[in-house]
Parts: sequence; C-alpha cells; structure tokens
Amino acid sequence: MVLTEKYQLVKKLARDFAENEIPQELQDEIEATHELPVAFREKIAKSGLLGIKAPKSLGGQGADTLAYVLMIEEIARVSMVSSIYISGANSLGSGPLMLAGTQEQLEKYLRPIAEGRMYPAFGLTEPGAGSDAGGVQTTAVKDGDYWILNGRKCFITAAPYADYTMIFAKTDPKAGSRGITTFIMDMNLPGISLGKPENKMGIIGVPTSDIIMEDVCVHDNDRLGDVNKGFSNAMKTLDYGRLGVSAQSLGVGQAALDEAVKYAKERKQFGQRIGDFQAIRFMIADMATELYAARELVYNACILKDKNDPQASMYCSMAKYYASEMCNHLAYKAVQIHGGYGYIKDYKVERLYRDARVNSLFEGTSQIQQIVIANNLLK
Amino acid sequence: MAVKIINEKCIGCSICEKNCPFGAIKIENKLAVVLDNCTGCGVCVKDCPKNAIENNATSMSNVDITLYHGVWVFAEQRQGKLMPVAIELLGEGKRLADEIGTEVCAILCGDNVDGLVDELFEYGADKVYYANMPELSTYTADGYTDAIYRAILKYKPEIVLLGATHIGRDLGPSLAVKCGTGLTADCTKLDVDPEDKKLMQTRPAFGGNLMATIVCPGHRPQMSTVRPGVMAKAERTSGKKGQLIDLKAELKLKFKAGDIRQKVLDIVKSTAEIVNLTDAEIIVSGGNGLGNAEGFKLIKQLADKLGGTVGASRAAVDAGWIDHSHQVGQTGTTVKPKIYFACGISGAIQHLAGMQSSDYIIAINKNENAPIFEVTDYGIVGDLYKVIPAIIEALDAQAA
Amino acid sequence: MKIVVCAKQVPDTNEVKIDPVKGTLIRDGVPSILNPDDANALEAALKIKDDYAGTDVTVVSMGPPQATIMLKECIAMGADNAVLLSSRAFGGADTCATSTTIAAGIKKVGDVDIIFAGRQAIDGDTAQVGPQVAQRLGLPFVTYVQNVRELNEKERKVVVERQLEDGFEVIEVGLPCVLTAVKELNTPRYMQVGRILYACDEADIKVWNEQDLTLDPADCGLNASPTKVMRSFTPPPKGKGEMLTGTVTEMANSVVGKLHEKHLI
Repeated sequence: MVLTEKYQLVKKLARDFAENEIPQELQDEIEATHELPVAFREKIAKSGLLGIKAPKSLGGQGADTLAYVLMIEEIARVSMVSSIYISGANSLGSGPLMLAGTQEQLEKYLRPIAEGRMYPAFGLTEPGAGSDAGGVQTTAVKDGDYWILNGRKCFITAAPYADYTMIFAKTDPKAGSRGITTFIMDMNLPGISLGKPENKMGIIGVPTSDIIMEDVCVHDNDRLGDVNKGFSNAMKTLDYGRLGVSAQSLGVGQAALDEAVKYAKERKQFGQRIGDFQAIRFMIADMATELYAARELVYNACILKDKNDPQASMYCSMAKYYASEMCNHLAYKAVQIHGGYGYIKDYKVERLYRDARVNSLFEGTSQIQQIVIANNLLK
Repeated sequence: MAVKIINEKCIGCSICEKNCPFGAIKIENKLAVVLDNCTGCGVCVKDCPKNAIENNATSMSNVDITLYHGVWVFAEQRQGKLMPVAIELLGEGKRLADEIGTEVCAILCGDNVDGLVDELFEYGADKVYYANMPELSTYTADGYTDAIYRAILKYKPEIVLLGATHIGRDLGPSLAVKCGTGLTADCTKLDVDPEDKKLMQTRPAFGGNLMATIVCPGHRPQMSTVRPGVMAKAERTSGKKGQLIDLKAELKLKFKAGDIRQKVLDIVKSTAEIVNLTDAEIIVSGGNGLGNAEGFKLIKQLADKLGGTVGASRAAVDAGWIDHSHQVGQTGTTVKPKIYFACGISGAIQHLAGMQSSDYIIAINKNENAPIFEVTDYGIVGDLYKVIPAIIEALDAQAA
Repeated sequence: MKIVVCAKQVPDTNEVKIDPVKGTLIRDGVPSILNPDDANALEAALKIKDDYAGTDVTVVSMGPPQATIMLKECIAMGADNAVLLSSRAFGGADTCATSTTIAAGIKKVGDVDIIFAGRQAIDGDTAQVGPQVAQRLGLPFVTYVQNVRELNEKERKVVVERQLEDGFEVIEVGLPCVLTAVKELNTPRYMQVGRILYACDEADIKVWNEQDLTLDPADCGLNASPTKVMRSFTPPPKGKGEMLTGTVTEMANSVVGKLHEKHLI
C-alpha cells in the first residue's frame, strides 16, 4: 500500500520516537529489571501515545486505525514490549470505554488515559476461560447501588501498572456469554489483590499477573454499557486488539528481516559473505515476501475496520493469524541465519525470537482466528 | 534552470536522471526534463553520452569588474590576537595575488591593536587597511559589516577572503548582501582561472559527498569564507613593512548610539580543556568501535605516548562518550596532521572529509571491509583493545 | 508575539552514498527531511509559544511543491501556519537570491517579532541565508545561538548566547531580529499524531510565487545569483594503502617500525 503523506508522517514520528527514546541500553535495562522505567512510561504518556485512537475532544489524538497500527508497528520494530505498553492502553484499555462509555465515563476515564495521567488494563481471561471467553466465572451481584465482584482474572497484561481494569463478570450465571457485564474497576478498591507477575518467555518488562477480587464493591456508575451486554463489547474490542497484535507482528518481522540482512552482509564463511550463498538468499527472499504480504493484509484490514465493513472482523482475524505466524517464521529464520550467534543474548534476534512467540497466542490464538474465519465463511 | 536539454539529441537514456545529485532531472516521454530544483551544477552536462545537455547559465553583471583590484584578507583578531586562519589566508591570498598579478592586503578591525599591523606586514600583507576604534574592539556583526563595507566600496578589492570561523561566517554573508555580491562558504581550495583570472572556489557540499567549484563571474568583490586549517600558513619575514591605511580617518568612520545593534555583554571561555586539533601533528581518534566512553582512556594513553591529541568520530560524540570539541569531520574540525590514527572508526564520508588529507593514516578496525581502509596508508584488521596496547608496547620498546 | 521560522527540506546526507564504480552520488531511496538545525529553530519558537500565550508561529520555506510534507511536519510539531515559497522562477538560486525570496516572504507575513532560522542546511552547509535574510530586512541578527537566556517582551529585547569555537558570547539584541540556531540550543519536540492529522487534513499551507511576493523574476533564482556552480565532482578517494598482516604484536611492531623509518616519530 502506498502511504499518503499523513501516514508517512505518522510512521516517521513513531520511528523517531522509537529510535531516540528506546536505545539498546534501555532495552537491556528493561530485560534485566523486568520493568519499564517510570521515566520512560512518563515519556510515553506525555507524548500522547496512550491516546492515539481516543478522540481529540477527549484529549486524544483522534487517529484512525491505520495510523494507530503504523505507530505500533514502528515502535515494535525497536521494542515489542514498549509497543505492548502503548497498545494496552489504546486498544484493550480504552476500547471498551470508547464502545460503551457514557459521556461522564469518557470524561472520567478515557480523558485521563488519553492525556497520559492514568493507565488501564483489560480483564477478560480467567484460569478456566481462555479461548472460551464466554465461560468466565467471575461474578457480579447487584447490591443496592453497588455490584459485588468475586473471582480471579489471569494473564492480565500490565495489571501492576493499571489504575483501572475493565472487568468482564457474569451477571446472569445461566445465560453463558449473554450474561456478561463490563465494569470499570478502580484498582485501589478494597478486596483487590494481584498475583505474582508471571515469569514469561518474552515481552519482558510489561508484567502480567492475576487479579484476585474478593467482595469488591463497584458502583453502578462504573458499570460500562448495559447489563449482560459485555461480551460483544469484549469481542469488538478484540478486533482492534487483534490489529494491534498484527502491527506488533509486522514490527518484529521487520526487525528480524533487518537483522538477518545486516548479518548476511557482514558474516563471512568459506571466504565469502554468507549472503552470497543461495541457501541464505532464498531464506531472505521468503522472509521479505511473507512480510510484505502480511503488511498488505493488515493495512487493508484497518481500512475495512474503519469503514465498518460487515466482514471486518474476519479480516482482522486473518491479519492477526497470518501476521503473527509470519513473524514467528521470520524470527526463526533470522536466528537460523545467525547460526550459533543467534542463540546468545548478545544478538538482537534472540529476543525477537522470544518476543515473536506470544503473537500467535494472545488476543486469540491462531486457532481461534481460524475458527472466526471459518465461522464467517460457513455460517 | 541552469541546464538545457536539447530535445533533438536526447535519447531518454536516463543517465542524467540517475546521476543528478539533486534529483532535478526526470525522464518524461523518453525525454529528459529539468525540474525547478536544478542548481546548474553541470554534472549531467559531462555525463550525457549524446551531448544533449548544455549549461545555459547566463552571466549577468551589475558592476564594471575591471575597476576592482587586489586580494583582501580579513585579519580576524580576538582579544588582540590574530586568529591562525588569518595567517593561512595571507599565505593563500599572496599566492592568488601573484597569479593574478596584484597585491595582497589585510583588513583589520580592532581597538588599539597596532602590534598586529606589523605582524600582518611581516606575514606578507602589502597593505593593511586598519579600522582602529573602541567600538570595534570586539566583533559585532553591525560594526564590522559597516566598517568593512565602506572600505570595500571605496577601495574596490577584487577578492575578499574571510576565515570560515564563527565570526567569518557571521560577517561574510552580511557583507556580501551589502555589497550586492556572491559569497562562497567554507572553501577548501581556491584557484585562479588562468584565462580570465577569475577566482575558482571549491567547497564540499552534501556533507562532503560532493565537491563543487563555484565562480562569481559578474559581481565584485569575489568573496569566500575559507575553512581554517586547510591552507598553508604564510611565512613570516621579520622587519617587512608595507603601507598602512587608516580607515577611521579615510572613511570618517563614526558610530552613533544604535548603529551597532548587537550588544556584547560578556565573553565566556569554555571551561572544558581546549582541544587544538587543527594544529596537532599527531591525532589519535576513536569511534563507534570503542563500544563505550571508557574506551577513550586507551585512546588517550596512545595519544599521550605519541605526544598527540585525542580526536573522535561523530558516532562517538553523538553517543556522548566525548565532547564535541574532539570531533573530526565535516561537522567537526578538519585536520591534516602528520599521523592520524583511526581506531574503531568505520570511515563514514563525513569523517573522511575531515581527515583524509592527513600525511599518514593508520586505521585499526575489526571489519576488514570498513571504508576507512580505502584511505589508509597502513591498515590493521583486529580488535583495537588488543592492537593499541601492542602498539604502545612497541613504542616503549622503540624508545628503550 | 509573532515568530517566523525559516526551514528547508533537505536530503538526509547521512544516507547519501557514493557509487564506488561511477563515483557519483546515489540518491535512490535517500529520504528528504526537515533540516536538523531548522528543527532546533522551530523548537526555539515553540518554546516561546509555550511561555507566551497568543504567540503565532509561521514556518516559511522555499522549495519545490514536494516540500509541503516538511511544512506539514512543522505544523505537526506545533507551528500554527506554514508558507511555501515555490515557483520555477526561484529555481537555481544561490544564497544571495534565496535570501531575497525568503525576505520577501517574511515581509508578506508581516509584523514579525523574531525570525528563527537554522544555522545551516546539511545539503549546502553555507550558513549564509539566515544573516543574509536579516541584512535584506534591515534587521539585526545573531548567528550560532546556543541558548536564549532571556526574552523581554516589554523592553523588546532578547539576550542570547552566541557559540564560539572556544566558548560563547552573551549578546543582547533588540526586537525584531533574526537568530540562527545551532543544535545545542535545544532538543526538538516530536510531532503529535493529532497534529499530523490536523496538518494533513485541515491546515492550509499557503504557496506563494513571485507574483504573490511582488518580486521581479529577474531578482529571483538563477537570474539573481551572483555565484555559479562551474562544476561539481565527487572527491577522489585517497588510494588504499597497505594492509598489515601477522599477529597483533607483529602488526604493532610493523606500524611503529614504518613510522620510525619515515622519521615521523
């Protein structure tokens, strides 16, 4: 896709930000400490990157989906984990609000997120409800003006950083996915505790942990959308989330290709650059082609999503499915081209390989995307 | 547009399109078309296999250029001391004046810097135009522009050379506009056209990627700022005299309140150690390959051993490992020492532009394909953290 | 306050490479960027805008129509308006002619308190246009500004630090004036996504030609340029020397021996 000036500038902004603000030393520090330094998180917040998609009237940047995806892609090219911190607030955190928030709720929650004063998380997954998100066990029981929440959410990205979490809880235990309601839960409320951050393979630096709720009282004013209408909110939010993951996949894929090309030009064996061997050349040609195909798929899905195309959801799943698998192939080949050096942490591809892996897992595994695609075709 | 395509001859081969340094030629309908951003550099003219491009730069003239004579050199002084570049310019100015068959003169502004007048004569000035006034004690754009402009108007030099220092590059542009003439910035080479005696000014552009030779055919004086450290210094002949022209009296110079609009409140010397790369005979430079700021300790060790000065590439400066004052290259200092050690410097064009006229260049780099090796006299492929200590050891052995 | 920033779109010279065989510049894929010093000039203006409510920042550039993307970038960073001075008549201008056109553009903007420009553009490295614009407008100027110490709107003056090779001068100058920025002056801010959308979808970037500026074409472009490029060439590379071989110690001894032989050490 030929990008217009607007998107070229968005890409340039993201690239400048990523290259200047996330140097190698910071990336190493993040890996070593398992944390994004506070100063770095503040810089992201001040730059308006947590409200890329939020409307301008609410302190956001008002970008369309393609601009958002370009931002995430370019940041992920340098640091996947930093891009997750950004996409977390933009898509999963803000998405439910933008879809269902009242004017008061938008002012109270979306504006501070967009202006970088507050960070949100998204609490859907549970130990027993992963791919089968409709099977959540967390309950919310009405008690006067309040709802009493009990249950356990798991794998919640950035939970330790969050000021608020969008909690999806059962309000009609008999009704399955049609009995789920969304709540905006203040993380300082009594009864909330966090599990120990998971010890993950990759995307180290944005801690992921359980949220445990024991008789947490959430005011009815913080109920998001209608009672029992939370599931469709979650699914629509995930459409955007899937484009975010697609963008991250493009970024990681591009980084893998860049590193592979650089190394193939530098490294000499048998008296010549390894890039002169056909075995390596074919791998690089495949990588570039797959990346290009994925990029077209993702950008096109963005446009369909913004046009409210009836099949947008399917295209988002296709983009997420293809791009996340693509970046795993590319990371694999980039390590392969590096040989033994690719297996040690001194080379960037080692981290790319670990970071890539999550893309075909979170926000719906590749198999869930296949189900969505097939359901659209066979209904 | 400065070049013209002869459509009958053009075959649309696109050689000019590919080679144009400014991207100012496009092939449309199998014919070359010159775009607005053409600068008339003429690269395409000589590249065209069909001679289908001609330079149609017209020479315009607003003055009678035959009235202008003599080569003037701006004798920049700070706190009563002549800047080294002024002496370089006198040397170069003398050479040019000899080729043209004219005199070389210095123009000096200051407050009671009479001692410098004799110094300028001894460095070869035939005449010294001297504006001696308290208002000119310290450089100001307005004060110096006014005094020198009026001198140029009256005495009509054909060439005016200024050092491309922070002062020369402030004064030159303002002076050129006042005189209604052109100015070529930061020249590294000056020549006289043997046919018409006009000044050919060569300077780097595009970060040193391209050299351009520039002329100023129809306007006078021909003005250049000249990069410090590039031209050979004039020889000093003690006791040599020349003619002194007192500009204050001759031009009836006077400054009223408000004439000089820049008020210099203070001059602060950098507290950082002054790095004199320009005059250094031996320079040991470190680059990206050092890996960290600590690496400069080793560089300094070798420099100290050789009695040399520490230099750096832009990459090392940008990384914050060493102060900008150490930077060698297009955006740093141009150097031409006897020996230049490039350690862990890959040899970006910007760097090469600033050091490739060194007498002997020795490069140490891990990557045998590093462009730095294209300009080195002696190349060593290896880890600088092993090679430099070995060199220091060898030097010790040599001394013993 | 009304501020004009002079900016230029330049090829990123860091990305320019030489074709080793033909000795020509490879321009393919070289991106065009906002000249780095001009970004510092813009940042200086935007800082004043942050401090003085109601400040209006207009970016003025001379260049081909494609340069509008750079002006959009300036608006995305926070500039209020942008003007592109563009015409075939402006082509081939040297600094002398360029300064005439830009000065006319600034005059048309009108009632300017401060004009910021970058010290120099990386494609030409002349550092001449800023002071020449000032001279044409009859305004005082200070080049190589590394710090704006004080801006006094009431007394209409500004105190700046002017970088020297071995320190700096502190200079006071009255408004209106022209100041040229070096990179030490500040760190330019990033664009904002929302501003990018505004710049590309809503902002009105004016394009003025010689008629809009009431300039005689004879005073513009190549016609009005005293200097001419006689020829340009890529600098010949110094020939490749000797690559030393052997162990580290052997190579070190060899190089020291050679320098000693030549009486260099």
